[in-house]
Amino acid sequence: MKDVRLLTEMFIPGTMIGPFTNANPGLGGVCTFVGEVRRGDDNSVEALELSHYEPLTLPGMEALADAALKRFGLMGILIVHRVGLMRPGEPIVCVSAAAGHRRGAIEAVDYCMDHLKSAAWFWKRELKGGEWSWIEPREEDYADRARWS
Amino acid sequence: MAVTILFLGPLRDLAGEASREVSAPLDWAGLLETVGPKVAAQLEEERVNIACAGKVLGDKTQLSAQDGDEVALLPPVSGG
Repeated sequence: MKDVRLLTEMFIPGTMIGPFTNANPGLGGVCTFVGEVRRGDDNSVEALELSHYEPLTLPGMEALADAALKRFGLMGILIVHRVGLMRPGEPIVCVSAAAGHRRGAIEAVDYCMDHLKSAAWFWKRELKGGEWSWIEPREEDYADRARWS
Repeated sequence: MAVTILFLGPLRDLAGEASREVSAPLDWAGLLETVGPKVAAQLEEERVNIACAGKVLGDKTQLSAQDGDEVALLPPVSGG
């Protein structure tokens, strides 16, 4: 069961996991990751804004979900990503994978997160001290993704 | 009808606008000329991609945008 969503409003990841689990009867394990807006050093982050490009972003997430389903033999995958303005503590992303055994579920979540970080069509900027600055992926983010190729 | 150029992410700040309409057709040389030297310098970097009519171009120098096409300039991404 594949469930891929791009949301413009705050969401509560916990409310999605139960229905996702129930939609994959017979599973052996579910692994879920939730990413939230960091407060930063000295609580300096005031807001985070994620922008996207409609014709590419959701189709790209769908393709990532398909690749994960196939590669890890999953029963189901849930990928939810926010766009728009977020405050520290708000969830940005939630990935949940259901599989017959734990390893596939855990690895699939890691794989999806590495791709969402540096290979999905999102642009991120941060508001600190009243000034916006764009955030580029770090070298580690590219290295993390290269582990899967 | 025209070609719409969209400046995504940090390219929007560099261009000073979110989008611009130019007359069709638009090729790679025409694009570099119309966006100005700062954005053009970014476009020439390998890590910046271009999509035309919803498809990311494998070779951006082969851009051939026609009437009504949207050309999106895609700087390096950062999600999650």
